[in-house]
Amino acid sequence: MSVANVSAHDVSAHDDHHDHEHKDSFITKYIFTQDHKMIGKQFLVTGIFWALIGGFLSILFRLQLGFPEMNLEFLRPLLGGWITETGQLDPNFYLALVTMHGTIMVFFVLTAGLSGTFSNFLIPLQIGARDMASGFMNMLSYWFFFLSGVIMFISLFLERGPASGGWVVYPPLSALEQAMPGSGLGMTLWLVSMTFFIASSLLGGINYITTVINLRTKGMSFARLPLTIWAFFLTAVIGLLSFPVLFSAALLLVFDRSFGTSFYLSDIYIGGEALPNTGGSAVLYQHLFWFLGHPEVYIVLLPALGITSEIIATNSRKPIFGYKAMIISMLGITILSFVVWAHHMFVSGLNPFLGSIFMFLTLIIAVPSAVKVFNYLTTLWRGNLRFTPGMLFSIGLVSFFISGGLTGIFLGNSAIDIQLHDTYFVVAHFHLVMGSASFFGLMAGVYHWFPKMFGRMMDEKLGYIHFWLTFVGVYMVFFPMHYIGIAGFPRRYYSWSTYSFTDMYTDLNMFVSVAAIITFAAQFIFLFNFFYSMYRGRIASLNPWQSNTLEWTTPLHPQHGNWPGEIPSVYRWPYDYSKPGAKEDFIPQTVPLSATPESNLPHEEKLVKLEKEIIAEEEQVLVANEYKGS
Amino acid sequence: MYGFLIAIGVVLLLSVIWMVYRIQTLISVAKGSDKKIQTTSNKVNAILFVVFLVGTFALMTWYSIKEFNNYQLPVASEHGVLTDRLFWITMAVTGFIFILTHILLFWFPYKYQYRTDRKAVYYPDNNKLEVIWTLVPAVVLALLVISGWRAWTDITDPAPDGAHEVELLGYQFAWEIRYPGKDNILGDFDYRLINASNSRGVDFSDQNSRDDFPSQTVVIPKGEPVLFKIRARDVLHSVFAPHMRLKMDAVPGMPTRFWFIPTKTTAEMRAELGDEEFEYEIACTEVCGSGHFSMRRVITVVEPDEYRKWFSEQKTFVDSNPSLVMDLPVNEKELAESANQ
Ligand code: HEM
Ligand SMILES: [Cu+2]
Ligand SMILES: [Cu+2]
Repeated sequence: MSVANVSAHDVSAHDDHHDHEHKDSFITKYIFTQDHKMIGKQFLVTGIFWALIGGFLSILFRLQLGFPEMNLEFLRPLLGGWITETGQLDPNFYLALVTMHGTIMVFFVLTAGLSGTFSNFLIPLQIGARDMASGFMNMLSYWFFFLSGVIMFISLFLERGPASGGWVVYPPLSALEQAMPGSGLGMTLWLVSMTFFIASSLLGGINYITTVINLRTKGMSFARLPLTIWAFFLTAVIGLLSFPVLFSAALLLVFDRSFGTSFYLSDIYIGGEALPNTGGSAVLYQHLFWFLGHPEVYIVLLPALGITSEIIATNSRKPIFGYKAMIISMLGITILSFVVWAHHMFVSGLNPFLGSIFMFLTLIIAVPSAVKVFNYLTTLWRGNLRFTPGMLFSIGLVSFFISGGLTGIFLGNSAIDIQLHDTYFVVAHFHLVMGSASFFGLMAGVYHWFPKMFGRMMDEKLGYIHFWLTFVGVYMVFFPMHYIGIAGFPRRYYSWSTYSFTDMYTDLNMFVSVAAIITFAAQFIFLFNFFYSMYRGRIASLNPWQSNTLEWTTPLHPQHGNWPGEIPSVYRWPYDYSKPGAKEDFIPQTVPLSATPESNLPHEEKLVKLEKEIIAEEEQVLVANEYKGS
Repeated sequence: MYGFLIAIGVVLLLSVIWMVYRIQTLISVAKGSDKKIQTTSNKVNAILFVVFLVGTFALMTWYSIKEFNNYQLPVASEHGVLTDRLFWITMAVTGFIFILTHILLFWFPYKYQYRTDRKAVYYPDNNKLEVIWTLVPAVVLALLVISGWRAWTDITDPAPDGAHEVELLGYQFAWEIRYPGKDNILGDFDYRLINASNSRGVDFSDQNSRDDFPSQTVVIPKGEPVLFKIRARDVLHSVFAPHMRLKMDAVPGMPTRFWFIPTKTTAEMRAELGDEEFEYEIACTEVCGSGHFSMRRVITVVEPDEYRKWFSEQKTFVDSNPSLVMDLPVNEKELAESANQ
C-alpha cells in the first residue's frame, strides 16, 4: 500500500479505490498506520495519557505546598524512598516533580498532544487532501514521539530520580552530576528523550507545511483556509525554525556533560574540587534555550487559538470577525515570537541595553494578541450563540488568554520584572495564558471534532459539568497565585517556612491545593465521557454542528483517503454563517456561489462567472474518470 | 487502609456518575431534546456566565482589598518606590481592560444566546475598528514601555562613585558575604584558590584583599548607595531581596552587580510594621538544588554613623586566620602584616 497511490486522487476514484483497505491488518490500521486520522488519534490518546501523569505529579507537589505538615506515608508504596522517614517528600524529589510536570505538560501534552492531534487530523480533512504529503514520515513522527515518551517515562523510575533542574534545565545545575541527583542518568535520559521529541516535531512540522502548501483541493486558496489551518501552518513554521536551536543547545549540553567541553561551564568549584572548565557561559545556554522557549509558548498557543476561532464562529453562527486581521495577527506573532526571547533573562546578567531592546520588542507582541481578543469579542457580539461544550471551552480560552496576557504586560516591562521574575506571579501568568488556554483549546477541539473522529457524539451534559468545574477550578488554582507572587514568593520552593516574608498565606496555598485536586478529579468526568462515547455515544449526524468546513462532507467513518469519490472543490471562504438572504444560517464551502444568487455579495457576483468555468472543467474530468473506470 | 477507602470512594463516585449519565441520556432521548438547540441547557450555560462574572468579580475585589497589606510588601529602596509605582500604574491600565473585556465576554453569551427566531448578524469585518484597536493598545503600551525603560536605565546605570560594595557569593546552599575593608576595594579572587579555609577563593596575594572582611549578615547604611557584587561558586543562584525590589542572578564565571539606595533602617521598618522580629531578607530565586528554598541571609540596614562604627570594628580574614598569608612570599607577608597594623 503506497501513499502516493492514495493521494493521487484523480487516478482511481470511486469504490475500487478502497479495495485495499480491507487488506489492512490490525497492525497497519491501528499501530503502524499511515492514515493521518489514526495518527491524530494516536497523538490524542498518548497526550491524554501524559496529561494524566503530568497532572498527577502536580497534585503530589501541591500536597507538599498546601499541606506541608501532612504525613505522606500512604504514598510510600508508590514513591518508596522519595518519602523521608518523617513522612515528607524529599526536597530533591520535589524538584524532580516540578521538572517532570513542566516538561511533560509543555512538550508532551500541549505540543504533541495538541498540534500532533489536530494538525494531523484536521489539515487533510479541512484542506481537502487524501492524506498528509508523506504518510510514512507522519508515522515516524508519532513513533519518535512515542519513543521519546517511553524514555522519559523510564527516567521517572531511576534510583536517583529524573531530571530535576526545572523544565528549562539550566546548566551548570543540569550539567554537573554532583550538583543534584537528578543531573545524573535522569538528565541524560531527558536529553535523549528530547532529541527524539525534536525529531518527531520536525518530521511532523515538515509534513504539515508541505501538505498545506501543496495538497489543497481545487478552489482552496490561502485566503479561503479555515483559521485552524492557518494556525497549524504557522505553528509548524515556528517549530521548524526553533526546535533545531533547542537541539543545538541540548547537544552542547551533552558535550559539556560527557566530553569535557566548556560551552556553558566556567570557574566552578563544586563537591570539594575546582573543575578545569573555563571560558564557557551559562548565559549562552539561556539564550539558546529561550530562542526555542519563547516561540514554544506560541507553538502551544496558536493551534488552540485556531481551533477556538473555528468553534466560536461556528457556534456564534457568524463569520469570524476580521478574518484577515486574524491572519495578520498570527503572522505578526509568528515573526515577533523570534525576537523577544531575552525577556526571560532580564536579570540573568544580560547587558541592560539588550534588556531595553527586548522590552520594546516584547510589548509589541502584545498588540496582535490584543487584536485577536477584540476580534473574538466582536464575533460573539450579536451572534446566535450555541453553547456546545466546545463553545464553552473556547469562551473559557478567551478568558484565560486575556487574564494571562495582561500579566505579560507587567513581566515584559523589565523594571517591573526585577521584582516579579521567578516568583509565583510568573507561574500564574504562564499557567493561565499558555497552560490553561492551550488546554482549553485542546478540550474544545476534542468536544468539537469527536463526532468526526469516532462517528459518535460525546455527552453534552457531562461536557457542561466538566467545563464548569474545570473553568472555575482553573481560576481558583491560578488566580490566587498572583497575590502570592506579588508578595514575592519564589518559584520552585519546597517550603515557605524558611523565610519570614514567605511565612504566610498557608491558608491560600491550602485553598489552591484543594482546588487543584478538585479540578484534577473533574477531568475523570471527561475521561469517562470520552471513552464511553467512543463506543456507546449517540451516533453522530454527518454535520452535527452545521459547520461550513470540508471535514463535514466526508462520510461518517471516512476511510483512508477521506472521500469515497472525488475530493470536493471549494467555492467560498469557510465563514458564511447567517448570510443575509440565505435560507439556512450556514453555507458549506462546497456550495458554489452560482447556487446561491440570493445571498451573494456584490463582489462575489463577479466570481460566479469564473466559477462556472471551473465547474465545467470539473465535469469533464468526471466524465473522463467514468470512462476510465468502466 | 487508605488505599482501600480511596478505592471505594472512586468506585462509588464512578457509579454515581454513570447512573446520572444513563438516566439523563434516556430522558433526553425520550423528550427528543437532543435535536433541539434552543434548550434549557443553552439558557443555563448563558446564565452561568453572568453568575460566574459577578461571583468571581466580587470574590476578587473582596480579597484584593482585604489582603492588600499582606501581599503588598513594604518597600525599602529608592528605585523600589519607582518600580512599585510602575507596577500599580500597569495594574490600573490592565485592570480596566481586564474588567471591561470580561464584562463583554460573559455578558454577550447571555445577551445573544441562541433563539430560533433570531438570526445572527453577518458582520465579517470593519477596517476602521481593526485600526482603532491596533493603535490604541499600541499607544498605551508605548507609554508603559517608555516609563519602564526610563526606570530600567536608571536602575542599571553604573553605581555612583563611592557606593559601598558588598560581595555576595552564592553556593549550594548559602551566601557568603565579603566586605572590601578600609580601602573600599574588594580583593581579587580565583575559584582555584577555594579551599576549606578560603571558601570564597580570595586571592590574598592581592594587596586589596588584605583588609577584606567577612560578615554573617549584610549590613548597609541607610540613604547611601550600596553596590552588590554578585558571583556564584557552583551553579546558578539569584540574589533576591524582596523589600529592596532587587534581583540579580549569580553566575559562575560571570560576576554580576546591582546597586540601590536603602531608604529605611531595619529599626524604622520594625516600628512601621509594629513587628519587633522583622528582618530584611535575601532569598535565592534561581533553582540550584535541594536546598534552594533555604538560602536565607539577613540584611540589616542601619544609620550611616552606626554603619561606619560597625565597619571599623570588623576583623579581617587575615586577622582571624593569619595562615591565609603564611605561604605567600616573605615580602608580601610583611606587607600584609603592616597593612593590618
Ligand atoms: C501579552 C503578551 C505577553 C507578554 C508581554 C509576555 C511576557 C512574558 C515575560 C516577560 C516573561 C518572563 C517573566 C519572567 O520569567 O520574569 C514571560 C514568561 C512566560 N510566558 Fe509570557 N508573555 C506574553 C504572552 C504569553 C503567551 C501568549 C504565552 C503562552 C502561550 C506565554 C507564556 C509564557 C511562559 C511559559 C513563561 C514562563 C517561562 C518560565 O520561566 O518557565 N506568555 N512572559
Ligand atoms: Cu517569552
Ligand atoms: Cu537557589
